[in-house]
Amino acid sequence: MATLTGPAAPPLPPTPTATRALAGAGRAVRAGWWRWTIFAIAAVYFLVPLIAALEFSLRGRDGHRTIGAYGKILSEPEFGSALWSSVKLGLMAVAITLALLVPTMTLVHLRFPKLRRVIETITVLPLVIPPVVLAVGVLGAFRTAPQWLIGTPTILGFEYVILALPFAYRALDAGIGAVDLRTLVEASRGLGAGPVTALFRVVLPNLRTAVLSAAVLTLALVLGEFAMASLLLWDTFPSWVVHIGASEADVSVAVSLVALVLTWLLLMVLVTLGGRRGGRAFVGVLTGGTRDE
Amino acid sequence: MSETVARPAQDVRADATGPGELRPVTVGPTGKGSATGESSGTGGARPGRWSRARADGAARTGLDPRAEAVGIELRDLRRSYGDVTALDGLSVTINPGELVALLGPSGCGKTTALRALAGFERPDSGQILVGGDDISAVPANRRDMGMVFQAYSLFPNLSALDNVAFGLRLRRVNPRARRQRATELLELVGLGHAGRRYPHELSGGQQQRVALARALAIEPRVLLLDEPLSALDAQVRASLRDEIRSLQTRLGITTLFVTHDQEEALSLADRVGVMRAGRLEQLAAPEVVYAWPATPFVAQFVGTVNRLPGRTVAGDLVEVLGQRLPAVQLGDAPASGTAAVDVEVLVRPEAVVVTARATGTAAGAVDPTPQDPTAATRPVPITTTGALGQVRQRTFRGAVTRLRVDLLGLTARGTAVGLDGEPASATIVADIATAQATGLHPGSDVLVTLADRPVLVSDPAAAH
Amino acid sequence: MSVADAPAASAGAGEADLPGSGPRGVAEWLRGTGRNGFALLGLVPFFAYTVVFLGLPTASVAINAFRTAHGTWTLHNISLSFEGIYRDAFVTSLKVALCTSAIGVVFGGLFAQAVLSTRRNTVLRRVVTTASGVFANFGGVPLAFAFIATLGTTGMVTRMLHALGFDLSSTGFSLFTFSGIVVVYTYFQVPLMVLVITPALEGLRPQWREAAEGLGASAASYWRLVGLPVLAPALLGSFLLLFGSSFAAYATAWALTSGTVPLVPIKIGTLLSGNVITGGENLGKALGFEMIVVIAVAMVGYVLLTRRVSRWLR
Repeated sequence: MATLTGPAAPPLPPTPTATRALAGAGRAVRAGWWRWTIFAIAAVYFLVPLIAALEFSLRGRDGHRTIGAYGKILSEPEFGSALWSSVKLGLMAVAITLALLVPTMTLVHLRFPKLRRVIETITVLPLVIPPVVLAVGVLGAFRTAPQWLIGTPTILGFEYVILALPFAYRALDAGIGAVDLRTLVEASRGLGAGPVTALFRVVLPNLRTAVLSAAVLTLALVLGEFAMASLLLWDTFPSWVVHIGASEADVSVAVSLVALVLTWLLLMVLVTLGGRRGGRAFVGVLTGGTRDE
Repeated sequence: MSETVARPAQDVRADATGPGELRPVTVGPTGKGSATGESSGTGGARPGRWSRARADGAARTGLDPRAEAVGIELRDLRRSYGDVTALDGLSVTINPGELVALLGPSGCGKTTALRALAGFERPDSGQILVGGDDISAVPANRRDMGMVFQAYSLFPNLSALDNVAFGLRLRRVNPRARRQRATELLELVGLGHAGRRYPHELSGGQQQRVALARALAIEPRVLLLDEPLSALDAQVRASLRDEIRSLQTRLGITTLFVTHDQEEALSLADRVGVMRAGRLEQLAAPEVVYAWPATPFVAQFVGTVNRLPGRTVAGDLVEVLGQRLPAVQLGDAPASGTAAVDVEVLVRPEAVVVTARATGTAAGAVDPTPQDPTAATRPVPITTTGALGQVRQRTFRGAVTRLRVDLLGLTARGTAVGLDGEPASATIVADIATAQATGLHPGSDVLVTLADRPVLVSDPAAAH
Repeated sequence: MSVADAPAASAGAGEADLPGSGPRGVAEWLRGTGRNGFALLGLVPFFAYTVVFLGLPTASVAINAFRTAHGTWTLHNISLSFEGIYRDAFVTSLKVALCTSAIGVVFGGLFAQAVLSTRRNTVLRRVVTTASGVFANFGGVPLAFAFIATLGTTGMVTRMLHALGFDLSSTGFSLFTFSGIVVVYTYFQVPLMVLVITPALEGLRPQWREAAEGLGASAASYWRLVGLPVLAPALLGSFLLLFGSSFAAYATAWALTSGTVPLVPIKIGTLLSGNVITGGENLGKALGFEMIVVIAVAMVGYVLLTRRVSRWLR
């Protein structure tokens, strides 16, 4: 029967996306009122506090609407230094996280697949140990540590790497699972690349999205972390927000809202630019392992 | 194969606008479930009644042929998604116990048609009749149809046995009976030993067998197969295809099979419906679809076809490659009997005869007795001329060898080869018996003639 | 033709999936000098780092939980941590964690499924995805302030309800008690659930739903017999993650109640920063150690349960 196939009419394989789109359309018809009920409840629950916070930040001392609180943000004396301190810590944590994880994970993926489980377990441990407890441990363990480590906020940066480990690992793991790293490295080796060249010219560019997600997650974590910073008594952006909240609550709320909206916009841009894959990388970060055949 | 089924094309052409022409015949021994179009007018949806009736039936064990087979009629189905029209007035009639394959390129609406029948899609308009009842309003879970999907449809949390027993469990068949029946069905598909395995422990072919057993377990009135073989590799595909056919014949269950693979459709189905852009182009027996396609689209989609420029001449003849052959018109071909008209002649590769020609022979000197012994015994054609060509490519395909021949020009009194007056050196594809292809290699000079059989002609514009 | 390509393609994929079965070339190359030990050196930084910055602090907590301020071994910290306000704190913390995780799993799961049942690639999906990412990390003082502005004594909703003649405090609800903590924690628990469960929900194939329907299943029986059993491992894992996140949360409760609701992390913070009682620091470590034990036990339970509900995966 092979003679039946020919150049005049090559049978086209079915497009899975089209089939799935049709299935989705059918489902959309079926999903009924319950969906909208859920959406309505969610919208009320998640938006009302934001609206209330906005209303609060716009409420002037004398009862008039004013955007004064937003204007005051930049003129607060410690705003700049606190934000800068957090950004520094964030960049430090991102750099250490990537420098630590990318080569290690590449090596484990290619050379020691049996160690994958071990690495994975280690990266889950920070979820078991609450930041508060870690802070307690840090105070105990590094009591006699050198001044450069314990005497400056640097220690926070080092510990933030640990806190970000579960999320950064999953983001990178999803990326490594999506590309055939083995073949890529083998091909680059075939073309004469050395290990370092392969890491920077082949591995990193192919893990672009994953590296970006890992970096964004780490940065977001650092910019929002309060427990450790407060217990270790270092001034960061989140602790400044708390601090200012005691005297000028409206400014504190205004800053928080601005930060929230900016973070969301940043994520929207990243997801939109990255298309579905980028979005998936962010969403899949926490669960990582769920891959379709 | 075309000789055995040679019939005027008009008789077998599907006529979407006249459903009465293809009215199904009731063959069910009980005489129930007449599928004629007339009964549908009075028959409303009675889901409760017949789904309960089937539920009782499901408790039966044993795998006898079905007591009653039902006919199916899709009437003027329309469905569009925004700008995309998936079904554009599709009408198909399936006789009780028949296996009909819907064949077409991707996006032609064949899957939508099947999903509409299964109840997963709601057509914008039109009627779906099963056993004479309009089931358009019946939800999918009460349609009592067994469906096999393309792949990955087994419930991953259930063993093969529990998968097969799933429908019986929903019908509250007692555990022992459903276990027994599921075991029987697994044995029927050759997996009696694999009942305890989970889907991920089964190969793709085994998974599809379990899916088939699961669909049959509820003794459905209709079996729906949505490209069930397309995810399998070639060997498994062929063997499972044959098994599906023999099971279907044995159980006598009315079946709709959707595929984009023409080989599958032609080898499996009682009748093949070729679809394009949401409409049925032709619905007929596989041999008929192949030999007498109703439209140029069918001709091209099913099998390989050479399209050669030709010219009608008086007396229902067409002149092609310098030969005069009886013409059968297809599709929108110009009316016969008029003066010479340019047409396109559709020729299957097996109707092309290629014979070796001594190199250096001047164009025009034709050996009137071809080396093909079978051709030699035939009555002398209307014209003994043919086209000169040179073999470009040779592909061994087992019993036949496919040759791709560049046409260089015509012998004797023929006109130039080519369309729209272009003297192109067109290529023609020929399948010749491998035994007769020994002397033909790339570069060989050959003479190309057409077997002396009626050929299909169509309007050149319509073919594109 | 696809038939011809299929075996080759699947062979390639299979090879890539099997760790260690790849072509020798890569292994040889990575081996560098040809010895395994050299490549193992590459793993040293990672292990060293986690030992120093995760292992040492944890060990410090674990060891000092059993020591007095003078360095002698004792069980006093542990026994003290099971008494009075500390026991209350544990009970409250567990109640809050279980309660908010349950709400988060149920409502977040329903919400994620509702979003997934809309059409693909819509703005709605993108907004929900990104907003979940933001809200899941939204906590601490900003969150507390937002809710104080909403449900506090002069909050927007409180005032609106008051204008309608409804006194919120008459229901016994107060933002600064257990009920308030639950309402506020839900604000990050639900988005966290949406993030965690969405990939698993996407893994439910439409064919399963349709196959079940074709075999006669209603929506309810599909979820009971197929959907929920398939999701069970993911649901358990999500519950555990939400439990951990709620159990460990510090900043939000601290900002909201300033310690009026006894929660373990708050107690630890107080013991650490203030000199409430002598030896309080090691009592804090005992509490911290017990928190680790609670989450570790939950994780072991999760592993055992998962093994049971996902027999079909092995």
